[in-house]
Amino acid sequence: MPDLDRDAYAIVTKGLTKRFGKILAVDHVDLTIKKGEVYGFLGPNGAGKSTTIRMLCGLLDPTEGTGYVLGHDITKEPERIKEKIGYMSQRFSLYEDLTVRENLDFYASIYSVPNGIKQTRIEQMIQMADLTGREGQLAAHLSGGWKQRLALGCSIVHKPQLLFLDEPTAGVDPVSRRNFWDLIYRLSEEGITIVATTHYMDEAEHCDSLGFIYQGRLTAQGSREEIKANALKGGVLEIDCEPMREATQVVEQLSGVAEAVRYGNTMHVVIEEGGPSPAEVETRLTGEGIKVNRAELVTPSIEDIFVSFVGLADRRSLRAQLKRMREGGV
Amino acid sequence: MRSRLLGMMRKEFIQMRRDRITVAMMLFMPMIMLSIMGWAINTDVKHMPTAVFDQSRTPESRDLLHAFTNSQYFNLDYYVDSYEEVTRLIDSGHAKVGIIFPPDYARLLKQQRATQVQVIVDASDPLVATSAVNTANAIGQVGSLRIASEMLQRSAGRVPPSTPLDVRVRAWYNPDMLSAIFIIPGLLGAILMQTTITIIAMVVVRERERGTLEALIVSPLRRWELMIGKIAPNVLMAYAQMTIALIFGVWLFDIPVRGSLPLLYFLSLFFIMGTLGLGILLSTLAKTQHQAMQMSYFIFIPSIYLSGVLFPIEGMPPLARTFAYMIPLTYYLQILRGIILKGIGMSYLWTQFLVLTAIGIILISASILRFRKKLG
Repeated sequence: MPDLDRDAYAIVTKGLTKRFGKILAVDHVDLTIKKGEVYGFLGPNGAGKSTTIRMLCGLLDPTEGTGYVLGHDITKEPERIKEKIGYMSQRFSLYEDLTVRENLDFYASIYSVPNGIKQTRIEQMIQMADLTGREGQLAAHLSGGWKQRLALGCSIVHKPQLLFLDEPTAGVDPVSRRNFWDLIYRLSEEGITIVATTHYMDEAEHCDSLGFIYQGRLTAQGSREEIKANALKGGVLEIDCEPMREATQVVEQLSGVAEAVRYGNTMHVVIEEGGPSPAEVETRLTGEGIKVNRAELVTPSIEDIFVSFVGLADRRSLRAQLKRMREGGV
Repeated sequence: MRSRLLGMMRKEFIQMRRDRITVAMMLFMPMIMLSIMGWAINTDVKHMPTAVFDQSRTPESRDLLHAFTNSQYFNLDYYVDSYEEVTRLIDSGHAKVGIIFPPDYARLLKQQRATQVQVIVDASDPLVATSAVNTANAIGQVGSLRIASEMLQRSAGRVPPSTPLDVRVRAWYNPDMLSAIFIIPGLLGAILMQTTITIIAMVVVRERERGTLEALIVSPLRRWELMIGKIAPNVLMAYAQMTIALIFGVWLFDIPVRGSLPLLYFLSLFFIMGTLGLGILLSTLAKTQHQAMQMSYFIFIPSIYLSGVLFPIEGMPPLARTFAYMIPLTYYLQILRGIILKGIGMSYLWTQFLVLTAIGIILISASILRFRKKLG
């Protein structure tokens, strides 16, 4: 790996692989994450997001491959990396029997924040997390959003250069999720590189760059605009018609159609490059005796894009998985 | 780094302080355990089933038997006709005491010669044995005095044997007559072992269960800092517990502390380090606090039985004795009893000290290594 890469990027991995027995949890992942960006690592549960993050943090040793975090080899210098990064897991890692201030104080001391600036730093964190007045409350008594912000405070009290967020918004209400992302932007403006995993596809909108991971493989990676511009050249067609079930069957038979899925009260038809035009699809449906109220090209959702990178055979199950998680989450 | 270790220790102390129930349990357990044992031990055991083999069958022998009955400690339930029957009754547990008069008991007394009455006590139950032996001895002495004075009155000048009646008490099964004094220091060791192993295992497993351990591993906190940070507060807690048990033992049971307390506290450190290491080792095996608890019992129970808390190891079969010498508690008990009861010094305890140190180093290193693997 050339030195140039290591300096320009916060994280570079080459063929990063993790096997648990026979299970291939992470399969030759090549990540490139630029300094200062907000990188969203997207994928359904069990896709390998957390395992990848854990390897990057030095929690797990890779089975194969290399990785550099802030210029340090993840297998050779994990301790150097640990000093410079922050890590917040979906479980928040708070001590429920410690107060807000005690939690911050503890994390500040294990990250060796010098005594001279420790108190100032803790005050800053309390302000940032909007926990003023609750310093003496036990973490156990905080509600979800506050816990989440306190956990964030604990993971950045030492001012890391790089912050890993592993499913930071899982199980938190939508308002808190939005507030949380606002905080993340502010951190990003201060120059901290942020790598966040999430299975909420809509949270991709908060990221500068995206990486899609499915079944241990990185299926796509790049800036959000790049991915949006290059993916799904054929477009996504939103059709409002009746009856929906028959319509879906008809459309799926058409050549040049990747998939047709129910999307609320409408149907989303993912069309491959050079596939049928909206008019062609509509004609075909009308020909089959289906009443079409509306058929128009729409901006593909991140989910549509994600799914389009996955092999045809897996798309249906991935859709189902993402739907389950969307509904299972808050 | 000092700040990391201090931070870790401070956190552990705060958590310990907040967990009032556990602290209370740790501090009250020695008191409760010792009181229960003490209450059981101090209760005089009365009306012990007794087998009598009276080969004399004379007013003199019946006289002495009356003294036994009147003491209320002995119920003369069985009158038998052979020594074998006495043995059988005691072996089967039907009788706790056997009294045997020789055939020439009355004749010897009449001839103003010394005679012997044998009292056999089932001492496998030290509680029974203590009272039986003491009472029988007392009866023997009182009887002896009475007979001697009668002899004096009758002898007119001839000097009778100084103790004409010799009640020979033999404690079976437990010839050393182990009792409270023997058991209390053992109990102290056992309580210390159980609480240290359990508490540290639970504390570490709790970190894993709640996901905070992950945060510690991602932090620059070194593994040894994590370990020492966990161990140090627990060592202090163990010392507090030990002090309470000692004070209680001295106050309630008059346990004599004959040796050097500083030496006892110093040597205890190495035992505690070992048990804490073992606790951390367990925490790497257990997935939940519940499992950790059960595992600690799995270690605790054999330790209690094999280390000599209740029965001396010298009386164990060879295989059990081999196991006994593999248990840290065995060595610690030798230190406890040696210092507390015998008042011996370091020069007699080098072996125990070295063995405990070795076990401690092995257990703590193993727990650190195992800890690394678990997360690596």
